[in-house]
Amino acid sequence: MREKPFSRFQILANTSMIVWTIIVILPFILLFMSSITDENTLVANGYSFIPGKIAADAYVYIIKAGDKILKAYGVSILVTFVGTILNVLLSALMAYPLSIKNLPGRKFLNFFVFFTMLFNGGIVPSYLMWTGVFHIKDTLFAQLLPNLLLSAWNVMMIRTYFTTSIPDSLYEAAEIDGASQTKIFLSIVMPLGKPILVTMGTFAGLSYWNDWTNGLYYIVRNRDLYNVQNLLNQMVSNIQYLSTSTSSNVTSAASNIPSTAIQMAIAFVAILPIMLIFPTFQKYYSKGLTMGGVKG
Amino acid sequence: MISKAKKMKRYLPLYLMFLPGAIYLLINNYIPMAGLVVAFKKYNIRQGIFGSAWAGLKNFEFLFATPDAWVVTRNTILYNLVFIVLNTVLGILFAIFICDTLNKKLRKMYQSAILFPFLMSAVILSYIVYAFLSQSTGIANNSILPALGLDPVKWYSEAKYWPFILVFVNTWKGIGYGCLIYIAGINGIDLAYYEAAKLDGATKWQQIKCITIPSLAPTVITLTLMSVGRIFYSDFGLFYQVPRNSGMIYSTTNVIDTYVYRGLMEQSNVGMSAAAGFYQSVVGFALVLTANFIVKKFSKENALF
Repeated sequence: MREKPFSRFQILANTSMIVWTIIVILPFILLFMSSITDENTLVANGYSFIPGKIAADAYVYIIKAGDKILKAYGVSILVTFVGTILNVLLSALMAYPLSIKNLPGRKFLNFFVFFTMLFNGGIVPSYLMWTGVFHIKDTLFAQLLPNLLLSAWNVMMIRTYFTTSIPDSLYEAAEIDGASQTKIFLSIVMPLGKPILVTMGTFAGLSYWNDWTNGLYYIVRNRDLYNVQNLLNQMVSNIQYLSTSTSSNVTSAASNIPSTAIQMAIAFVAILPIMLIFPTFQKYYSKGLTMGGVKG
Repeated sequence: MISKAKKMKRYLPLYLMFLPGAIYLLINNYIPMAGLVVAFKKYNIRQGIFGSAWAGLKNFEFLFATPDAWVVTRNTILYNLVFIVLNTVLGILFAIFICDTLNKKLRKMYQSAILFPFLMSAVILSYIVYAFLSQSTGIANNSILPALGLDPVKWYSEAKYWPFILVFVNTWKGIGYGCLIYIAGINGIDLAYYEAAKLDGATKWQQIKCITIPSLAPTVITLTLMSVGRIFYSDFGLFYQVPRNSGMIYSTTNVIDTYVYRGLMEQSNVGMSAAAGFYQSVVGFALVLTANFIVKKFSKENALF
């Protein structure tokens, strides 16, 4: 494939990809620039890549006056932290038995997990169950439990990793030494499975951090339990309410909407953690491990 | 008998490890599957899903009597078809471009650029799109359209623009996923093929047409069939958040997922949304099975089961 650096094909390929890279990056720059633009300038001139007048007011506001905003970040951080740990622990515990080749009933257990990837009841029965039976509405459990705590896909990926990367001889040696299954799990499986557990943890963490659907369905009255995404989402709804409503509540709703610059600043801070985990994420995806890992 | 007791003792801890996750799946996934019967019930909060009276096919009759059922089915399928074609064609094209980039640093940068938007939540996407399309402050109405001498557009109330906007946003966000799989596929091709082709005087285009694309074919077929299997499902976030739930553009932005959501949460019409959800689950399941059956014929190792 080696060729001259300035062949027609090289120029075409690089030009196309540079254009696409710019298309990807520009919106993020716009988001950031709007967050540091003076509010009056923003209202008068609209969103702009070059802030007419720079102001860090939005970020100062988040830190100083943004009780609601800081609370939302608190919920996001807490739920992401607890959820990710539980997710990885439950998935690893579930994946390990599935990776034992001579476990009686393994095929059935495998199918039990796998089938949830093929068929699901959808949101209506789920919603009726979580609210009617478990009463999670307006509790922190609503952010933690539905859909995100465990994914069959993660379990399958971890199981395949355990089967292919941990040699049977290690288990045999441990059993000869009289180690219990618990001990084997803690001292062999967990340490050796670290790469896949870190990766799957990254995925789980991202799902929790980015989730806004649980809040949309289950956090109705107690807005203290909103996470960052819910908060951003609610600001949009308030604006829509304003543009369609003529009632006298308008003024009270209006006072609840932070300025555009503040909204953009909140959104930008919500993206920051994703930049942190991006390298881990990319390493995994670039290996192209996304396919075939489910079987095995 | 000894061996059985011994076996039990040996395997019991393993079953116990499996148990917590199994209980979760039972609650979160299996009970709602059984709960699909609510589509055939006259749902009543006090009596719950299983205690409510039967309604026969009433809910379905209501659902299919509205024009909505047809519109959301059409939208769901058409959007997915366009997404599949674009993500495949552009994904392969970008993968070829990236793999052939000689400069290592540039290659790394391109790969990061195509993947990064994939990690954004739909809420963030909607903010980004809004910065471009907001009627009074958006870049489009403020800078781009005036520069071209065109009048401002009320983006969030004109349905005709949304197929293009949603397709563009979906590509912007989702191109990286398939593209990285194709890159892995191209990197797996033996370089000797290209060397031989070059000795024979093959042009770049001929190399792509006769080596790269045929080598990727099994991956393309598998990915495509898997997407076709999911053609009845759509990205709720893309269709709910990005159009900002604006009622005036439902004709081109409403899909089955958003329809079920609105029926349940905004109109409290449990029966109808349950019927729509049932329709989606069952047809979706049949399509997944069919797609897998066909993948199995093409390449056994790529089938899901």
